[in-house]
Amino acid sequence: MIELVGVHKGFGAKQVLRGVDLSINRGESMVVIGGSGTGKSVLLKCILGLMEPDSGQILLDGQDVREAERDAFLARFGMLFQGGALFDSLPVWQNVAFRLLRGRLKRPREEAREIAVEKLRRVGLGPEVADLLPAELSGGMQKRVGLARAIAAEPEIIFFDEPTTGLDPIMAGVINELIREIVTEMGATAMTITHDMTSVRAIADKVAMLHAGKIRWSGPVGEMDASGDPYLDQFIHGRAEGPIETLR
Amino acid sequence: MSRALFFRLSAPLAALGRSVLGLLAAIGRVTLYAFEALSHVFRPPFYPREFAAALLNVGWLSLPVVGLTALFTGGALALQIYAGGERFSAEAVVPQIVAIGIVRELGPVLVGLMIAARVTSSIAAEIATMRVTEQIDALVTLSTHPMKYLTAPRLLAGLLVVPALVAVGDVIGIYGGFLVSTGSLGFAPGSYIQNTWDFLTRADMISSLAKGAAFGFIATLMGCYHGMNSGRGAQGVGRATKASVEAAAVLILAANFLLTNIFFAA
Repeated sequence: MIELVGVHKGFGAKQVLRGVDLSINRGESMVVIGGSGTGKSVLLKCILGLMEPDSGQILLDGQDVREAERDAFLARFGMLFQGGALFDSLPVWQNVAFRLLRGRLKRPREEAREIAVEKLRRVGLGPEVADLLPAELSGGMQKRVGLARAIAAEPEIIFFDEPTTGLDPIMAGVINELIREIVTEMGATAMTITHDMTSVRAIADKVAMLHAGKIRWSGPVGEMDASGDPYLDQFIHGRAEGPIETLR
Repeated sequence: MSRALFFRLSAPLAALGRSVLGLLAAIGRVTLYAFEALSHVFRPPFYPREFAAALLNVGWLSLPVVGLTALFTGGALALQIYAGGERFSAEAVVPQIVAIGIVRELGPVLVGLMIAARVTSSIAAEIATMRVTEQIDALVTLSTHPMKYLTAPRLLAGLLVVPALVAVGDVIGIYGGFLVSTGSLGFAPGSYIQNTWDFLTRADMISSLAKGAAFGFIATLMGCYHGMNSGRGAQGVGRATKASVEAAAVLILAANFLLTNIFFAA
């Protein structure tokens, strides 16, 4: 469904992506892992067109994403941002129903609110949260609202950018479970970037490791522990010693 | 001349060249941004709620600061003109000079600078914070063009509402002069108002409103441009806010000189 072929992206002299090849099948949950600063977020932003790759191709259903009609292309995606990226001038329900209040998916205001409240319920938040402002919510609640917003228009493809960063282990577990459940029940294709190995095991069908600007290893999550790749082994076990250079 | 010596001697020229090139590139970027933003003002989709919020922020909420600034300036102007005019027995011209000074120059410029301080800074800080917290990226993924949703409504509000603020500022400024003149300088209220009204021309008022529209456009454009192009983190937001107010203030004063030349140079 999504295919990346030889994607390069640099910033000035720094080359972040050096030829990424990756494919994600329909209905699959792909998790991309890698250390901080390895270009995971850049990869995701290149797919969404938030950044332009220097070279290479990104295909969605065989079509180059640069040739796709932008609105129709974006309407297929939902995204949960690392910090939530909720619009702090809008109440929670308008954040969730943002897409349903304007543009090609516009619905009557009352209907949009009902959908927002339903999506909030789906992520474990009651209707009393709907009229609060994002600044009045805890970090975990903001993530849930971000998740509700990502799924509000029932997209085919959902991206999760570091979904558990900044959460306590219990809340992280709750978010992981929610992501797994929602992706399964919607039949959506999911791509998650994270360095939280608990998330990887909870969410992934397939795992790809990004290192030095390329996909170092990719395969089913069940084969990850027995990959025999020293880079992947060091990463998943969190060892300071190994082929991946660390600063001390 | 050795190569090293040549480079050493030409270093100041090279630095000057880099600065000029940088300035020209910045002017080019702002101009392109302005044209793109203006094109979005006239092309759907439109966001009436965002426009209404911008009208409220730029216009209604700026009224107190604009009113007070104009009131005090009008009063001070009357005192200065009276004191200066007294030296050659020309105290009687206070109503006329207050009117012309406020309507042609001080009204639009002070309102413009107050808008730069109050509105440009808040727009830049808000949009820059949205940039660093990925809210702008979120807008894009939600199929909403940031230029249409954030820039176009603010720009249109600046264009439409700042002339109205200037008109209010002009009236309050003249009223400030009136209060001081009739309260402590011995002018008769009726003749003060008559002199003011008789002296002002339609061209004075049109120039005042036109300056207001230009300054409103500059102030909101600078806020949006610097906010959208903010650097990372709190420092990025701070720099964007500072740069937006500096640029807006300088451009407003430069545009004022240009417009005064266009309207009033013989």
